[in-house]
Amino acid sequence: MDGVCNPKALPLAALHEELGAKFVPFAGWSMPVQYGLGVMGEHNWTRENAGLFDVSHMGQVMLPATADAALEALVPVDVIGLAEGRQRYGYFTNASGGVLDDLMIARVPDGLFLVVNAACRDADIAHLRAHIDGVEEIEGRALLALQGPKAEGALSVLIPAVADMRFMDSQRHDWNGVELWISRSGYTGEDGFEISVPDIVAEDFARTLLADERVQPIGLGARDSLRLEAGLPLYGQEMSEEISPIEAGQAWAITKVRRAGGDRAGGFPGADTILNQIANGPVRRRAGLLPEGRAPMRTGVEIFDSPDATTPIGIVTSGGFGPTLGAPIALALIDAATPPDAPLWGEVRGKRLPVTQTTLPFTPNGYKRSSK
Amino acid sequence: MKFTEDHEWLLADGDTITVGITPHASEQLGDVVFVELPELETQVAKGDEIVVIESVKAASDITAPLDGEIVEVNDALVDNPALVNEDPTGEAWFFKIKVEDPSALDAFMTEDEYKDHIGE
Repeated sequence: MDGVCNPKALPLAALHEELGAKFVPFAGWSMPVQYGLGVMGEHNWTRENAGLFDVSHMGQVMLPATADAALEALVPVDVIGLAEGRQRYGYFTNASGGVLDDLMIARVPDGLFLVVNAACRDADIAHLRAHIDGVEEIEGRALLALQGPKAEGALSVLIPAVADMRFMDSQRHDWNGVELWISRSGYTGEDGFEISVPDIVAEDFARTLLADERVQPIGLGARDSLRLEAGLPLYGQEMSEEISPIEAGQAWAITKVRRAGGDRAGGFPGADTILNQIANGPVRRRAGLLPEGRAPMRTGVEIFDSPDATTPIGIVTSGGFGPTLGAPIALALIDAATPPDAPLWGEVRGKRLPVTQTTLPFTPNGYKRSSK
Repeated sequence: MKFTEDHEWLLADGDTITVGITPHASEQLGDVVFVELPELETQVAKGDEIVVIESVKAASDITAPLDGEIVEVNDALVDNPALVNEDPTGEAWFFKIKVEDPSALDAFMTEDEYKDHIGE
């Protein structure tokens, strides 16, 4: 080995190439960043129709059903009480109350199915193996996400039963004799599905979906602008080993049973810090920002509470342009004492530009929470 | 029309040069959402970063191709940054710069040389 690291290709790389994708290296993978519609066109297509994303770079992991208590010891969510056929969002915490990664946890007939971030998958699997027996990294399955208001219409042509799934259901369905693992979830703020499909039929399945006029292929560029507009945190930006989930605005994910006074309160790494932040408030908090004018405020822009203050009160963790809003948007981590209606300024190329704080999400989400 | 290695086109009218970016650059940038133009009547030196172009993906800049004075800027881009994608060699010029030595333009690439540069 000469030490040169070639990015790994996705199972659907040849299809992406045929569809005119531009590729970028991401977390050790060569990923399609955009197709012919361009980032803005793909973003808007997904908000209005259905976008097909290849997210096969993410890690798929299976744990034995009996591992629920052991997994609970690593995440501040209720795993033991997770019903079969349901999925829950969670995160691995560290001893100081930071986050190692965020993940999806589903209880399926033969165990617990996890989906973890690409950049963290090796570390996550090592972390799981250090605490849990029988951790199996799933090989040979691609992961696709079909997102947008027409996702149900397009997928139910192939698998009618998905129309009865509601947000965060996780089920297995047959398609042409192969088993698809389908959850009604995604990371765009839209209704939609994530579909784990065996490699050998992944291209056939993707082509079948793409033959539907409601479906277009969508790249990593629009995935990021969609999740940003939806106010969803990205691991490594809104959450990290140095940023707690409470600071990141993700306290909602900590189920009652694991909170102070709950039947299985605490018992996860950093519980003292995190439960104390829930009770007394964190020092920093997440803010949604609307910069005035058109200049985007990107990651790393410093936030001030006056045009001439010398010490920043926060920093942009993700920022860019929201195509649905037609305006720049940003997520920031700011001093928790900042009143939610206080005017703020972001310093862009040496200039202080005014921003207002706003509630999140920037665009309303389209999750299908009830069954009809 | 002449071209820089940084994918700008330069069009001379006497000692005033109009500057824009090529269709190739516009395509690479993706959807442009914000343009920041230089102030009128500023003196700029070759290599100064004087225009900021923000696409949905990232920020990039245009540097001054020669020493000179900014004599006109295209305010239409501020109101409609998408012009950079729609008509890069036409309506989406960025600024006009008055230079002391228009013959310096000879050092830049011809259209054929530029096509070789981008591998077309």
